[in-house]
Amino acid sequence: MTREIKTESRLEKVLASGKFAATGELGPPRSADKHEVIEKVKHLLGNVDSVNITDNQTAVVRMSSLAAGLLAQQQGLEVNMQMVCRDRNRIAIESDIMGAYALGIKNLLTLSGDHQKFGDHPQAKNVFDIDSIHLIQTIKMMRDDGKLLSGQEIPPEGRPKIFIGAAFNPFADPEDYRVHRVAKKVAAGVDFLQSQCIYDMDRFRRFMKKAVDMGLTEKAYFMAGVTPLKNIGMAKYMKNFVPGITVPDECVNRIKGVPKDKQADEGLKMACEQIEEFKQMEGVAGVHLMLIEWEHMVPTIVKMANLIPRPTFS
Amino acid sequence: MSDEFEPRIIAFCCQYCSYSAADMAGSMRLQYPTNVEIVLIPCTGRFDVILALKAFESGADGVYVAGCLEGNCHFVDGNIRAKKRVAYLANELKKIGIEPERIAMYNLSASMGPRFAEIVTEFTDNIKALGPSPVKKKLAA
Amino acid sequence: MIIAERKPIDEIKSFIEGQKKVLVVGCRGCVTVCNAGGTKEVEILASLLRLDAQKEGHDVTVDEHTLERQCDPEYIDELVEFVDKKYDAILSMACSVGPQFLSRRYPKENIFPALNTNFIGGALAHGIWAEHCQACGNCIIHKFGGMCPVTRCSKSLMNGPCGGSAGGVCEISKEVECIWHLIATKFMEEGKLEQFAPIQPIKDWSSSRDGGPRKIVREELVK
Repeated sequence: MTREIKTESRLEKVLASGKFAATGELGPPRSADKHEVIEKVKHLLGNVDSVNITDNQTAVVRMSSLAAGLLAQQQGLEVNMQMVCRDRNRIAIESDIMGAYALGIKNLLTLSGDHQKFGDHPQAKNVFDIDSIHLIQTIKMMRDDGKLLSGQEIPPEGRPKIFIGAAFNPFADPEDYRVHRVAKKVAAGVDFLQSQCIYDMDRFRRFMKKAVDMGLTEKAYFMAGVTPLKNIGMAKYMKNFVPGITVPDECVNRIKGVPKDKQADEGLKMACEQIEEFKQMEGVAGVHLMLIEWEHMVPTIVKMANLIPRPTFS
Repeated sequence: MSDEFEPRIIAFCCQYCSYSAADMAGSMRLQYPTNVEIVLIPCTGRFDVILALKAFESGADGVYVAGCLEGNCHFVDGNIRAKKRVAYLANELKKIGIEPERIAMYNLSASMGPRFAEIVTEFTDNIKALGPSPVKKKLAA
Repeated sequence: MIIAERKPIDEIKSFIEGQKKVLVVGCRGCVTVCNAGGTKEVEILASLLRLDAQKEGHDVTVDEHTLERQCDPEYIDELVEFVDKKYDAILSMACSVGPQFLSRRYPKENIFPALNTNFIGGALAHGIWAEHCQACGNCIIHKFGGMCPVTRCSKSLMNGPCGGSAGGVCEISKEVECIWHLIATKFMEEGKLEQFAPIQPIKDWSSSRDGGPRKIVREELVK
């Protein structure tokens, strides 16, 4: 599978080369302490192709994804800056896209954003001027047409060559509609897609079959989201309290079936089995590893799942 | 005049149950306090918070609404509606510093003469224990 | 209609603290229909305020009057005979338009809002109201099966449902239905997915409040 290269993104190179890609995730600190970012980078460097820098995820205030992303890139990591529509209108969005590219950001992940109601500032006013699909269109328009939403021209040397990412969630409802929503993202011009954490493999297989049949995987790279379960508490929490994540009983039972001190190992083992299946699954171009506040386990999981060494390009 | 506090109580009684129960209590010659003044209403669904508020403004120490047993309302759910209004008013009274116990909802049937007498006694005792309405106390002073 | 609800009694009490003569003014428009500020609610609020004052031993007069509407100058004019009686405070039980119109017409009066104006909506059942319109000034509900995502989607998404939609409810609360779930389901059931497939364009918010306070002038009606 080789496709036209549109940007200088390393992640794009890996995906376009047909190699099985791996991305990671880094949550910026709830402070201005850059050392926390630098510390987390150590676990990710060399182990994944690119790292998502979350943008005030769950609407909890953290260091900005642009700033944390730059700190991470200074350490040699390539980042995938997340951008939500919750906190910026189209003016700020376009401005941030130009600024981010000028500072060396090559990948942007477009999101609507978690509603502020369950964050740490529920009294905030939200924006939602445009939605995540419009955000894809906006970046594409700036990059390929050299235009702002206003129609204002961007000179060729000033166009942001961003590799455009988006999220997809086969586990949200209505199930039958999910692939059609992804089709809209593909039609909007997304380059790569990363899924929500996968536990329900049957549902994911059904989804990917549809995506392949609709030809979507020919037009964008689909990456499967993996978050190993640390323990039974996390399994139950994910199952019962996170909207849009489904955890089948057999997953919960498998974690519950081993002694407490072995649950993390079992979770990692399960994740590796999933990754092995994704490597073979039609239409899946890579995995997105989301080790939430468990970044130090990234070296372990990439080793266990034979994801290293990562490809290099001269 | 005795020094003992004799409260003024207004009871909004449904014609199908408690009002008839009052008749029965009378014909059975049951003894109960004379503090309660009865207002006949066609159904407790007719009860409105403003009726109770006007009673309190006019110096009532307590107000209760007596309707049919739940499930037996002649107008299906008038007594359920009344119950919610009573709860709403109790809460409003509490917010302005008037004891919520001064308003209550009771349910009985037409054949429950003794229960009628019991309710009158019970509510009168409750109000006596609370003392005069805080509204009235200041008015007198 | 405009849906409103009465402010907590403590807040209203704080408006009139120390005042001797208070007027509660209702409105026979929307707030009568949504049981927030009609004649009956005026009676109840006035009564509660009188009881509270009596309880404290304060000599306070609370009068009541309900206007046909508080959003039209001719009805606001009617209040002049009350205003002449010199009230220390006037509590408006209309939506926020009412106290603003009263304040403009009677600039020397001490006017307070007794209601919180909540939203434009309808009654799902007696006593239950839900928001249905955000007055964006450019209605597009026909594109969404007769449902408004601007108002009824927590994120006003034009191309939902987002990844937080689960079991027909929104990620913000199990009490909030996901309007995009209903829209998508309706289109799928009617076999109209292709009609639904095009990306809905970015919304022009300039006709909404975002374009500044709005005004309509209909020349054929202006005298």
